[in-house]
Amino acid sequence: MSAHAEEHKTMTLKLIVWRQPGPKQPGRFETYTAKNITEHHSFLEMLDVVNEDLIKEGKDPISFDHDCREGICGMCSTVVNGMAHGGQERTTVCQLHMRKFKDGDTIYLEPWRARAFPILKDLVVDRGALDKVIQAGGYTSCHTGGVPDANAIPISKAEADYSMDAAECIGCGACVAACPNGAAMLFTGAKVSQFAALPQGQVEAPERVARMIQAMQECGFGNCTNHYECQAACPKGIHVKFIARMNREFLKALFRAKSGSHTFIGE
Amino acid sequence: MILDGKAPKGPIEQTWDKHRFEMKLVNPANKRKYKILVVGTGLAGASAAASLGELGYNVEAFCYQDSPRRAHSIAAQGGINAAKNYPNDGDSIYRLFYDTIKGGDFRAREPDVWRLAQVSNNIIDQCVAQGIPFARDYSGYLDNRSFGGAQVSRTFYARGQTGQQLLLGAYSALSRQIKLGTVKMFPRTEMLDLVVVDGEAKAITVRDLITGEIRVHTGDAVLLCTGGYVNVFYLSTNAMGCSVTAIWKAYKKGAFFANPCYTQIHPTCIPQSGDYQSKLTLMSESLRNDGRCWVPKKKEDARKFANEIPESDRDYYLERKYPSFGNLAPRDIASRAAKEQCDDGRGVGPGGRGVYLDFKDSIARLGEDTIRERYGNLFEMYERITDENGYKVPMRIYPAPHYAMGGLWVDYNLMSNLPGLFVLGEANFSVHGANRLGASALMQGLADGYFVIPYTIAHYLAQTKPGKVKADHPECLKSIDEVKGTAKKLLGINGNRTVTEFIRELGTLVWENCGMARSKESLTEAIAKIPAIREEFWKNVKVPGTGEEFNQQLENAGRTADFLEFAELLCRDALHRNESCGGHFRVEYQYPDGEAKRDDENYCYSAAWEWKGVDREPELHKEPLTFEFVKLAVRSYK
Amino acid sequence: MQLLSNTVGRKVLMAITGLFMLLFVAVHLLGNTSIFAGPGGINAYAAKLHGLGPFVWVFRLFMGAMLAIHVLFGVLLTLENSAANPGKYAVKKMLKATFASETMIWTGLLLLCFLGYHLAQFTLRVTPDIGDLSRAVRPGDVFTMVKTSFHVTWISLVYIAAMVVLFLHLSHGIQSIFQSLGLSNDKALPQYERYGKLLSALFLLGYCSIPVLILAGFGIFAR
Ligand SMILES: Cc1cc2nc3c(=O)[nH]c(=O)nc-3n(C[C@H](O)[C@H](O)[C@H](O)COP(=O)(O)OP(=O)(O)OC[C@H]3O[C@@H](n4cnc5c(N)ncnc54)[C@H](O)[C@@H]3O)c2cc1C
Ligand code: HEM
Ligand code: HEM
Ligand code: SF4
Ligand code: F3S
Ligand code: FES
Repeated sequence: MSAHAEEHKTMTLKLIVWRQPGPKQPGRFETYTAKNITEHHSFLEMLDVVNEDLIKEGKDPISFDHDCREGICGMCSTVVNGMAHGGQERTTVCQLHMRKFKDGDTIYLEPWRARAFPILKDLVVDRGALDKVIQAGGYTSCHTGGVPDANAIPISKAEADYSMDAAECIGCGACVAACPNGAAMLFTGAKVSQFAALPQGQVEAPERVARMIQAMQECGFGNCTNHYECQAACPKGIHVKFIARMNREFLKALFRAKSGSHTFIGE
Repeated sequence: MILDGKAPKGPIEQTWDKHRFEMKLVNPANKRKYKILVVGTGLAGASAAASLGELGYNVEAFCYQDSPRRAHSIAAQGGINAAKNYPNDGDSIYRLFYDTIKGGDFRAREPDVWRLAQVSNNIIDQCVAQGIPFARDYSGYLDNRSFGGAQVSRTFYARGQTGQQLLLGAYSALSRQIKLGTVKMFPRTEMLDLVVVDGEAKAITVRDLITGEIRVHTGDAVLLCTGGYVNVFYLSTNAMGCSVTAIWKAYKKGAFFANPCYTQIHPTCIPQSGDYQSKLTLMSESLRNDGRCWVPKKKEDARKFANEIPESDRDYYLERKYPSFGNLAPRDIASRAAKEQCDDGRGVGPGGRGVYLDFKDSIARLGEDTIRERYGNLFEMYERITDENGYKVPMRIYPAPHYAMGGLWVDYNLMSNLPGLFVLGEANFSVHGANRLGASALMQGLADGYFVIPYTIAHYLAQTKPGKVKADHPECLKSIDEVKGTAKKLLGINGNRTVTEFIRELGTLVWENCGMARSKESLTEAIAKIPAIREEFWKNVKVPGTGEEFNQQLENAGRTADFLEFAELLCRDALHRNESCGGHFRVEYQYPDGEAKRDDENYCYSAAWEWKGVDREPELHKEPLTFEFVKLAVRSYK
Repeated sequence: MQLLSNTVGRKVLMAITGLFMLLFVAVHLLGNTSIFAGPGGINAYAAKLHGLGPFVWVFRLFMGAMLAIHVLFGVLLTLENSAANPGKYAVKKMLKATFASETMIWTGLLLLCFLGYHLAQFTLRVTPDIGDLSRAVRPGDVFTMVKTSFHVTWISLVYIAAMVVLFLHLSHGIQSIFQSLGLSNDKALPQYERYGKLLSALFLLGYCSIPVLILAGFGIFAR
């Protein structure tokens, strides 16, 4: 098939896209047709084609966030037919390819929708809330320099791998977009778990989990009722076990606070 | 003018420590009086901003993405080098220093490279303390892998996402400082001009990408950490937003641009599938450890299915040309070899721009499971993009622009020729010479940010009064007008070709004429054609919308306009350098066997260009390179 | 107090209170099955319970508190969540969420209504279907009381419906307990989900068997 890759038929699709001029203005759906799309176009390249046409017609092209286009920066963020990132397992929308669609398909494009993610324009939202959650405690407070040799503290391969599973999060916010409650539990749980699994993360563990959860609430994210939609939408396949881990870390922190080993913020 | 890199003399082992002691310090109480503007929050920028904020300086940081965590450092897969010598296989600071100089084809400053090798070890310590989950072996200690251009195993990695984990580490340190209020972060903010007052860099003009507001930020020093410029080829492994804009604006304000022609082409990328394509995806070089590169011997076979072509009709060209290194030949050599085959009409896949990377034999030898274990994620990525199963049919790969060794000229203190303007990471030209070794860019970004700039910037600040320039300074107002003017002009043209059409046209031209193989003819042709494209751009580009809103087309238009000017400098530098070295290959200068032919007699210098105006030839300044510790030698991989 | 104000804290409360109510439902089912042993069985059981005197009240207060907390935060969580998610996707495709998980609040509220009715009926004994004798003597002849009531078709149907609601609520709720209390991981979670549904189904069968058999006038339940 590689040899014959050029000779592919093209398809035409109907796009129903959310257009919103700005944060304050009201939005609405507009219908467009995407012509001459091949199975090898990535989803965003399909949008490029549509935008080129729009510009030529003197219309305002569709704004959508994207940068690396290889599934790692977490910038792209579009709900395709009701599924964040389009519903292909472990795939960001920039890595989704048009071969997943058929000629004549109708495709709905919507922005991430959650109170914590105000829409800036069309499919572009403000995910600053996720940065705030990290700023609340998503780090070890080590200074530049003055740290021990990298091999001073051995870490079991199992723990390191577990930590890496959690650390793979690309901060795209699809978990929030997919969650019926607009909750950021998977994002926050993953970060809490990454550090909870490592000796370097132990020192500040109680404060970290408390602060990050509090920040999550202050940013206007919802509560978790264990729908697990987040995991299904996550392009990195982050597992909800990390939400459980966060809950566990929270309880640990609570008991340690009661025993006075540290002060639980908010108390 | 002959440039002086101000590198310390004396025994190389002592250069950095000696220099550190001799530099001036800023007393703790005064630090907060100084404001530092950090443009770019990738590995270099984030680590710098975090470290400087922690020291007590008053820092403002900027990036064009919606979060510092998305800088393109995130895409680095392979790993990061350090001279830890954990595997006990004979590595040392001196060897890392040596390999980097040699790998760079003897076009970098020795003391800078030494410093890089020396601090490489601190970087790994720092990252582990930050909670970065590096790969470990069953003993619980850190694991290493080997990488191109080195006989020792010195590369630390975190699965296939080393860059991501290192960036998230720097981002977390940065986030901590933002919370503490020492760093003020401005995401979705693009630097569009540098303000120079009395020859010193004192402010930047930025555009708020959400509201379109154009404003000035003043400071006592400006750090450019804005990454590489290989998007000048349009199709590259860089992110869509990567641009030359920040350093180009600085260049136009007097900063020297060094060695632009040193660009790195990565051999193992997924080939282009059509002309609608927007970017190319890299697959880790490690694939070449088990895959065999081949093309059909007969041109007519190129259209056939790979598996229809009998063994006897396959040309394993790398093994044929480089018996000893075979499929593991270094990046530039492997890339060029692939191009030759395709130019010869034996390339495979769409447009005949690809060669096979075949795992059949290693699967037969080791079994599919072992291969899946080693490269599973890469095979998945390949299938997601091409819809082909690399276990069944051979993968198709083709070289793609990947990294820029060139950048703004800086001295040993990472300060450009403009006092107060510092340049870190891929944006500067410093340590990689004419070719970068794998896993060394991440190392450089973090070295610059964590362990070099905190010392060298103090040396400058200690000698300047804080708050010299206010936002209402005439130079600031002038800059704002200029930037507004450019935006207005772009929006006003309202021609009938889109921005993308122009950057595509430019990229193709530069790739054809100044890509993997360059010649006097191709370069002169390009230099003749580029101004024409530029002219049409300014007459006929169509940029919809207004400047007072979120306008991605306007952003791209600005970046493209800068590439249209920069491309010319790139080609001029390539044309002036009558030798082949590292990433710069001039077909006229090669040994009979196709090896790059350096000319140390006449070109053993860094070429730093000075802007003289659009359509005017830039002026060349030379910084001679001397090699006291690594003997100049022909780099051979036979 | 973190448990009350913190989003995870509230989840923990939901889980703990839910867990106690779950235990009650289980014990209550066992108690109720004694009805199959005929009048002797359940009446003796009821008598024993009432014999406990003050403990019964301690127990009732405790369960009441559990229910109150559970309901309070259940409603609160749900209100906050709909606020956090203006969620007006024109199309939304659920990949993992279930009917049960999406309707927790409604199945919960229905259970509340059922409880009201149920207590009025068999505990306060104020509903018309309860004979004067049962009203007078406590616990009295619980067997006949239940039997007479369930012989009324619509009452039995109400109960059966309520048990289906309970099934839904618990089929999501049980695994949810472990997740909320942080007791789950990738290996355990699927098991919790499986056995949670299984247990809920057992409750459904167990509880329904009573109205069904009585309605059918089966054996000792003959009219
Ligand atoms: C696909 C790929 C794989 C790689 N793999 C490896 C590897 O395995 N090992 C290795 O050592 N190196 C690797 N590299 C190279 C390495 O990743 C980069 O050289 C390095 O990360 C560059 O870091 P940086 O901080 O200098 O720039 P970047 O990380 O690119 O950051 C640039 C920053 O500048 C900002 N910026 C740019 N322009 C402006 C502007 N005008 N205004 C405001 N902000 C601006 C951006 O927002 C961003 O924050 C790889 C590169 C690529 C593309
Ligand atoms: C017989 C009575 C009840 C039982 C046995 C029960 C059981 C449970 C259980 C086990 C959970 C899971 C807790 C968790 O999230 O970990 C739960 C959740 C919940 N219950 Fe109930 N419940 C009962 C009554 C009610 C009532 C009366 C309401 C009315 C508001 C209610 C509303 C909810 C809600 C909203 C949830 C949250 C969903 C979730 O967190 O998964 N429940 N219940
Ligand atoms: C077929 C189903 C059921 C039958 C036949 C049944 C029967 C009874 C009877 C006979 C009593 C009165 C006991 C006494 O006062 O002596 C009772 C009490 C009660 N039942 Fe049920 N029940 C059923 C289902 C349920 C369910 C599903 C719940 C909970 C969700 C429930 C909750 C209660 C409670 C809270 C009491 C009061 C306990 C007390 O007196 O403190 N019952 N039930
Ligand atoms: S957890 Fe998954 S979905 Fe959520 S932000 Fe991280 S990567 Fe995206
Ligand atoms: S989808 Fe939402 S409800 Fe919880 S499990 Fe995921 S955050
Ligand atoms: S654009 Fe970077 S992840 Fe999709």
